Amino acid sequence: MIETRGLTKHFKDVRAVDGIDLSVRRGELVALLGPNGAGKSTTLRMLTTLIPPTAGTATVAGLDVVKKQREVRQRIGYIGQGNGAGHSQRGRDELISQGRAYGMSVRSARTRAAELTESLGLGDVIDRTVSTLSGGQRRRLDIAMGLIHEPDILFLDEPSTGLDPQNRANLQDHILRLRARHETTIVLTTHYLDEADSMAERVIVVDHGRIIADDTPERLKAKHVGDKITLGFATDEDAARAARKQGGEAYGRELQITTEQAPRQVLEIVDDLRADGLTPTEVEVTRPTLDDVFLTLTGRSLREGAA
Amino acid sequence: MITDTLTVFSRELRPTLRNPFTIIISMVQPLVFLALFAPLLPKTDGGALQWFVPGIVVMSCLFGASMTGSNLLFEIQTGSHERMLVTPLRRPALLVGRALKEIVPMFAQAALIVLVCLPFGFDLHLGGALIGMLILAVFCTGLGALSYTLALASKNQEWLFWTVQQTLLFPLLLLAGVLLPLDDGPGWLRTLAAFNPLRYVVNAERALFSGDVWASTTATGLVAAAVVGVLGIAVGVRAMRRSD
Repeated sequence: MIETRGLTKHFKDVRAVDGIDLSVRRGELVALLGPNGAGKSTTLRMLTTLIPPTAGTATVAGLDVVKKQREVRQRIGYIGQGNGAGHSQRGRDELISQGRAYGMSVRSARTRAAELTESLGLGDVIDRTVSTLSGGQRRRLDIAMGLIHEPDILFLDEPSTGLDPQNRANLQDHILRLRARHETTIVLTTHYLDEADSMAERVIVVDHGRIIADDTPERLKAKHVGDKITLGFATDEDAARAARKQGGEAYGRELQITTEQAPRQVLEIVDDLRADGLTPTEVEVTRPTLDDVFLTLTGRSLREGAA
Repeated sequence: MITDTLTVFSRELRPTLRNPFTIIISMVQPLVFLALFAPLLPKTDGGALQWFVPGIVVMSCLFGASMTGSNLLFEIQTGSHERMLVTPLRRPALLVGRALKEIVPMFAQAALIVLVCLPFGFDLHLGGALIGMLILAVFCTGLGALSYTLALASKNQEWLFWTVQQTLLFPLLLLAGVLLPLDDGPGWLRTLAAFNPLRYVVNAERALFSGDVWASTTATGLVAAAVVGVLGIAVGVRAMRRSD
C-alpha cells in the first residue's frame, strides 16, 4: 500500500527526513516512533501530499504522491495534529461537507455521518458547535471526518497527544475496532511508547530523519535489549556461587541475568539452582520497554525528547 | 471545480447562517460612524445623508472583507485548513469559495444600513443601488481573497495579519473619501487617492445610489472593482496552491 525509496525532505539546512525506504502492506498497522523533530510528521506530510519531497519517491495505493496528488487524496484519510473540524462549525455540518469534499452525495454523506456519529459515541454532541466540545470529543470527531469516505489507508499524526489517559485508551480502542472491522491500513506517529507498544504490530523507530529499527515490538525488545532476571539470595556467597553456575552478574545478594525469553527461562534456572541446593529467596523478571530499545539504539531516552 | 467551490462556499457560509448575528459584529464601526459622524455633516436637505450612506456601505464591506482572512488564520492554527488540504478539493476552489462567500454578508449589511437610514430621509434608487451592489460584490470578493492571502502568508503569526490589515485599512478608507470629500484636499492627497481603487468604487456607489446609472463613474468604479477582483483571486489562488 505504501512504498518509498530514498524519501528525503530538507528545510533549508535541516535534513528533516533523510532517505527513508519504507514498505507497508495492505492491512498493516504501523507506528512511527521517535522523539519530537525526528521526522515522523514530515514523512507523514509527504505521504499525504501536503508537502513535496526534496528527493526520492513515494507511492500510496500504487499512486505517486507528487504526480497523482488528487487521486492519492481520494484514497486516504488523514488525521493531523490539530482539529480537523472548524471550531465555529457544528460537527454534523463538518462531517457532511467533508463527505461532499470527497465527492459523496449529500444523502450518502448524511447517512455515513450518522453511522460514524453512532460508532464513535458522538450522538449527544454532534449538533453542537465544535468549540464547545471537550478535547476527547473533538478528537473522535476528527477521526470520524478522516473516515467519512471509507479510505483504504488512514494516516494519524500523533492522534492521542494532549488527551488524558482515559481518553487515550478510548481513542486507541476506537482505532483498533475500526481496523478489525474494515481492515484499513493504518500508519500513525506517536511519541507515546505504550501506545506504539500496545497498538502496533510493527514499530518503525525514527531518529534524525532515518529509520533505525523496524520490527514487531516484541522482536525489537528481544533483539536490542533482552529481558532481565533478578534473583535474590540469602547471602552474598550464595549469589556469587549461583553466578558461577548460571552466568550473569552478582551484585551483593542479587544476581542479574540478561536473556531473551525470561518468563520461560526463569523456571529452568530456578529448578537448576535448587538441584544445586541454592534456593533463591526472590525472583523478579523485568521486560524491556520500547524506551529501552530507543536508549540502546541511540544512547538517548525517548522520554527526554518527549518532555 | 464548481462543485468544489460550492462545497467550500456553503461550508464557509454555514456558521453565519446558523448565527446571523455575527454579521453585525464587523458592522459595529460603520454603524458607529453612521450614528456619530453623519449628524455632524452639514444639513443640506438630506443631501448629506445621500452622500454619506453609500460610503458607509462601502466601509462596512471594507471592514468585513479585510478581516475575513482571520477565519482562515484561525483554521490554519487549529488544523482544519490542513485537513481540507488533504481532501481532493481543488486548491483554487478552497480560495474562490471562501472569497465568494463575502458577498452574502456584504448584501445583508448594505440592506441593513439602507433600512436604518430610510426613516431619516435617505432616498433609495433601487435599480442603481443593485448595480452598485454588483460592483461592490466584485470588489469585496477580491478584497476577501487578498485578506485570505494575507492569512496564508501570516500562518502562525497572528500579529502579522492584524498589523498589516490595520495599517492598510485606514489609509485606504481615508484616501477613498468615505468620511469627507477629497475635492478640497491638497494636491498630493488627491494624487495619492487617485491610486486607490476604493475611491473609484466609492464614487460609483454614490452615483448609483442616487440613481445616476449612466455616469462615467459607474464604469470607472466597475473597472476598479474588477481590477481588485481579478488581482485578489489571482494572488490568492497562487498563495493557496503553495499552502501546506
